[in-house]
Amino acid sequence: MTTTTAPTARKPATMAQALTRALRDAMAEDPAVHVMGEDVGTLGGVFRVTDGLAKEFGEDRCSDTPLAEAGILGTAVGMAMYGLRPVVEMQFDAFAYPAFEQLISHVARMRNRTRGAVAMPLTIRIPYGGGIGGVEHHSDSSEAYYLATPGLQVVTPATVEDAYGLLRASIASDDPVVFLEPKRLYWTKADWSPDAPAPVAPLGRAEIRRRGSSATLITYGPSLPVCLEAAEAARAEGWDLEVLDLRTLVPFDDDTVCASVRRTGRAVIVHESNGFGGPGGEIAARITERCFHYLEAPVLRVAGFDIPYPPPMLERHHLPGVDRILDTVARLQWESRWTEGRGA
Amino acid sequence: MTVLEQPGSSRHTSGPAGPPPAWRPRVDPAPLLPEAEPHRLLGTDAARRLDPALLKRLYTELVRGRRYNTQATALTRQGRLAVYPSSAGQEACQVAAALALDEQDWLFPSYRDTLAAVARGLDPVQALTLLRGDWHTGYDPYEHRIAPLCTPLATQLPHAVGLAHAARLKGDDVVALAMVGDGGTSEGDFHEALNFAAVWQAPVVFLVQNNGFAISVPLAKQTAAPTLAHKAVGYGMPGRLVDGNDAPALHEVLTEAVRRAREGGGPTLVEAVTYRIEAHTNADDATRYRTQAEVESWRAHDPIALLERELTDRDLLTEEFATATRDGAERLAADLRERMHTEPPLDPMDLFDHVFTQQTGQLRAQAAQLRAELDAEAEGHPETTTGTAMPAQEARP
Ligand SMILES: Cc1ncc(C[n+]2csc(CCOP(=O)(O)OP(=O)(O)O)c2C)c(N)n1
Ligand SMILES: [Mg+2]
Repeated sequence: MTTTTAPTARKPATMAQALTRALRDAMAEDPAVHVMGEDVGTLGGVFRVTDGLAKEFGEDRCSDTPLAEAGILGTAVGMAMYGLRPVVEMQFDAFAYPAFEQLISHVARMRNRTRGAVAMPLTIRIPYGGGIGGVEHHSDSSEAYYLATPGLQVVTPATVEDAYGLLRASIASDDPVVFLEPKRLYWTKADWSPDAPAPVAPLGRAEIRRRGSSATLITYGPSLPVCLEAAEAARAEGWDLEVLDLRTLVPFDDDTVCASVRRTGRAVIVHESNGFGGPGGEIAARITERCFHYLEAPVLRVAGFDIPYPPPMLERHHLPGVDRILDTVARLQWESRWTEGRGA
Repeated sequence: MTVLEQPGSSRHTSGPAGPPPAWRPRVDPAPLLPEAEPHRLLGTDAARRLDPALLKRLYTELVRGRRYNTQATALTRQGRLAVYPSSAGQEACQVAAALALDEQDWLFPSYRDTLAAVARGLDPVQALTLLRGDWHTGYDPYEHRIAPLCTPLATQLPHAVGLAHAARLKGDDVVALAMVGDGGTSEGDFHEALNFAAVWQAPVVFLVQNNGFAISVPLAKQTAAPTLAHKAVGYGMPGRLVDGNDAPALHEVLTEAVRRAREGGGPTLVEAVTYRIEAHTNADDATRYRTQAEVESWRAHDPIALLERELTDRDLLTEEFATATRDGAERLAADLRERMHTEPPLDPMDLFDHVFTQQTGQLRAQAAQLRAELDAEAEGHPETTTGTAMPAQEARP
């Protein structure tokens, strides 16, 4: 049960591998950490994120549960009440819905109900989002449901390094975390040294992934690589775009977001989740409330359409892509007479 | 089914307070209990009395079903299906479910049950639309009375109960047969559906295909019940345990359960003991959690081989019949292969057309945006689109 292995050089690792490593390190460090879910034991999870954990820590620490999401989360609540630190896996975004009752009625409000006496140090890992050619119910962007529930922290990594750091921070948190894993980034690779993992990132801090001066693209999870690509393409149009990765949707990092928008004067929010009722609306409102006098243009959004997630052969039309982002950036009132006057 | 009255629990009870009434269960559990061993006909004397026409019909459907399965699996390798959860080894369950129903009845299949839908008369291409990925449900459920293939586990079960209940309220002669896997029986919806069905005495048959696994999780980790069929007793409905690879036995049990439901006798839970010969889907690696030896032991109990033995023993498997059966199955496969090798027609505007009865203004605007983007894309200069991802403001102030 030890994590010490011979040090190796930085080498390519996938996001899935970084998540596995985070689970393993957390389990090795704290015997209270228990992983549970459907197919997480012998199989190592359908995305192999729990690969090897049952073997290394035993089936009591990493257990295949009966197939019942409400039961998985409900029993995890009881385990947390008794001092364990469960890390629950929901197999896919849409298959977390049977657990809603437990999540909304208990996990999110246990601390509050008991005036702080009962903590819920739970992490609920949910692969989410589209772009993998999944059939019905395998591609939902369900983050808005969780954002709308006070008491839940909502975290989503967009890089290999963050996958490790944010998952460690989530497991260490004494409050519940809905940890959304962008499933189309599971296999993205980055040079990463699994023997000297990045320090645990604090929850609630956004990160600027690309510095720019013309406008800020605000995004998270699966849309980060798309935004970075759009920012590169935008150079040809003469736009120097800043790209901001929120990393945690709750708590929300108003400071970093506002500092960036005040600097650039323009903001576009990009996410796969449908626009109406999606996270972008809340983010746009916060920016408008805090940065109104700095804005050169209305805050715009690029989001999924307001439709049930499309079948695989049509999903490309739904997902925010580079062209749709650039089209939107083009509408940020560049001809505004105010732009020239600003010394930005 | 015997119903013993529980004295004192009747709503007509009145009179002076006395000693507590004698207690007895409201329903005698004994007749609800499943058989001690899976019900079998093939290889027993009872099989000799089976109607040759039925045996030949079942055989024809099984052979067609197997060929359908191998063809669909081949289509995944050719990139023509996004994914395929094969029912290889479970063809007897699929076929018996379809044949047990009458024209006016309803089938509620899961993602694994496209073959049951095909055996009920659905066009295989339409059955596979979900798995090809050009749309979700590839057929009109009312046409063959087949509910949409259901992926969220066990959620189709309450639907079946509600539909059957509604039909009975309307005075229609309709039975619903709902299919679910062994893993699905752990979900809360399974429990709620069975309870509703029994309380309402709804004309429903629940068919559990116990194929040994829920992806990688074996039944032993799924339940501590003696059998899945035993679960029926707790709800007050009969449970039947059947060899799911013995097509005539399963056909007999399902037909009997459907008849019982039709006659007002209420729901039945049928557990068909079978085995998932292929991996969960083509995307799964079954070597991670089971041995090839286990798979081989079940191959020896193959539903087609079992029935073939019976037909041979009774001289029913004539050269002519065998050839005709094989040819029919090949025709099905060839037709499927050919039609799946053409690109399905795709209209992106479909995405906005079926969300509501009347398209909202919001969706109309989004459809127009996509149309404009596609037009620009076709002209080869996407940067000139006037699409409005989120029309925050129609015009500059
Ligand atoms: C509510 C829900 N949770 C999880 C899943 C993911 N999932 C799909 S199939 C499957 C296993 C189902 O096993 P079983 O019910 O035995 O049916 P089988 O696949 O063996 O036919 C799982 C866990 C799902 N589809 N729905
Ligand atoms: Mg199963």
